[in-house]
Amino acid sequence: MSTTALGRAAASGKLTAVVLFLPPALLLFTLFVILPVGEAAWYSGFNWNGFGRPTNWIGFTNYEYVFEARAFGLALRNNFLIIVISLGIQLPLALTLAILLAEKFRGAVALRMLFFLPYVLAEVATGLIFSFVYDGDYGLLAGVWRFFGAEPPHLLASTQTSMLAILIVVVWKYFGFHMMLFIAALQGQDQHLVEAARIDGASRWQVLRHITIPLLYPTIRLSVFFAVVGSLQLFDLVMPLTRGGPADSSQTMVSFLYSHGVTRMRIGYGSAIGVILFVICVTFAVTYKRWFMRDD
Amino acid sequence: MTDMAASRPPFDRAALYRWLFLLLVAGFVAVPLIATLLGGFKSLGDLRTNPFGLPREWEWSNYGDILLSKRYWQMLWNSFVISSLTTIITLIVAAMAAFVFAHLRFFGSRMLLNYFTMGLLFPAATAILPLFIKVRDLGLLDTYFGVVLPQVAFALAMSILLFRRFFRDLPHELLEAALVDGCSYPRFFRFVTLPLSTPILATVGTITFVHSWNSYLLPLVMLNSDAMYPWPLGIMVYQGEFTADWHLILAFITLTILPTFLLFVLAQKHIVAGLTVGAVKG
Repeated sequence: MSTTALGRAAASGKLTAVVLFLPPALLLFTLFVILPVGEAAWYSGFNWNGFGRPTNWIGFTNYEYVFEARAFGLALRNNFLIIVISLGIQLPLALTLAILLAEKFRGAVALRMLFFLPYVLAEVATGLIFSFVYDGDYGLLAGVWRFFGAEPPHLLASTQTSMLAILIVVVWKYFGFHMMLFIAALQGQDQHLVEAARIDGASRWQVLRHITIPLLYPTIRLSVFFAVVGSLQLFDLVMPLTRGGPADSSQTMVSFLYSHGVTRMRIGYGSAIGVILFVICVTFAVTYKRWFMRDD
Repeated sequence: MTDMAASRPPFDRAALYRWLFLLLVAGFVAVPLIATLLGGFKSLGDLRTNPFGLPREWEWSNYGDILLSKRYWQMLWNSFVISSLTTIITLIVAAMAAFVFAHLRFFGSRMLLNYFTMGLLFPAATAILPLFIKVRDLGLLDTYFGVVLPQVAFALAMSILLFRRFFRDLPHELLEAALVDGCSYPRFFRFVTLPLSTPILATVGTITFVHSWNSYLLPLVMLNSDAMYPWPLGIMVYQGEFTADWHLILAFITLTILPTFLLFVLAQKHIVAGLTVGAVKG
């Protein structure tokens, strides 16, 4: 850069802007996002309780322990189940409701808001509300069972049903978010195509099948992405419901990381779990974007 | 509902099924919420025999006692401070960085932007233990900033992208004219960009505030005294103390989600736009 160019840049404050405006973001981001990820990889090679400096290098042993843990296998299975339910039940439900509610009729807006409300509520509050719903003595389900004269089940206290109970809450909490994404996309769609097809004699179903839904593909791909990423980090909802129990039956990767790494201050072991989660998230995000979201 | 049916042919089966389906889903969503609200007005015995119906006697004291307790207001205050600080710092820091990325080209600017987008790829949970060590070594454990700064850092990636896109779409002639008139970049940012950016500030502010208000894992790891707990932690402590007193817990839940609910009703457009626009640019 010539001196005049430098002078001009300085006069317009270009340099000042860069030097003044970037560092705060750069510093915070590096210090609290990027460095900790690198440190997780480093700490995961140690047996360390967090005091002093890590000195007891044990190589990949922490990873071996993680993969040998029965609870981690269950956590992986559960995260997978959450993804399956999110994609198999939640998204079709959200899509159906979006198509019904994108039309204008009395009550449509109120219903949209009602369905979106669970997404705004905190996971912890949602979890507590449903631990009441499922409570075997005082809960709503118990009320229904008792009405039919049956002995109320304790869904959350059984290894057979704890995960099922959580999956229902996952659907309850998040379908409204995906529905809103779809409604926003539907309202942005060009109605001329639909009208033209209707004039040409296409049935409602044909229009839906061949025009409306194909136009939604970019949104559906996005929605799938968010559903998977969200499923991988599910934690807040699990804590008030089951804390991952009973007998680790409803553990997720993050709840496993919390109960086996954080609460016992096993920094190395917990970091290894974090690194595994990191690799899964990044691999998924990068592959998915490369394969499915190239053109969006 | 009824006049809709009247304006249609009398046997519109599709419409009937549609309404049945919608009402079924509405019930699935609303019943747990309404039962929670009403449950807070019941006595424990009433709750057990009559979980769905209206309270036989309205126990206003369940709610009253909580509203008069210090802990309720303390934890709402903690949440309010943490969320406000997080939102304000995120808005300032992210807008400044996004301004540079939107208007200034310099060696490595593209690379730096990509560096920030890496933050979208993984959740804070992956690095929660090193974060804990870092916050501890900085002496910020059990302080508001021990929660606020990591939250800001994790909110930056999305916020910078949203701001940058908005800033780039502002009319370019404005900046050129201002530069010719001798206005500097920082002054332009302060007196032109920011005043024109209220919609995106509101959107990013809403996302950040709601996420921070509801967040659980970071405060759980960084805070260890009850007096500092934001409400999602406080409510878990409360539930631990009153395990079987569901009527009290339900009243407490209702009162803690009340601020979110009010905010949602008052600013639903912003909240819906905020939470979904954040998603649209992934």
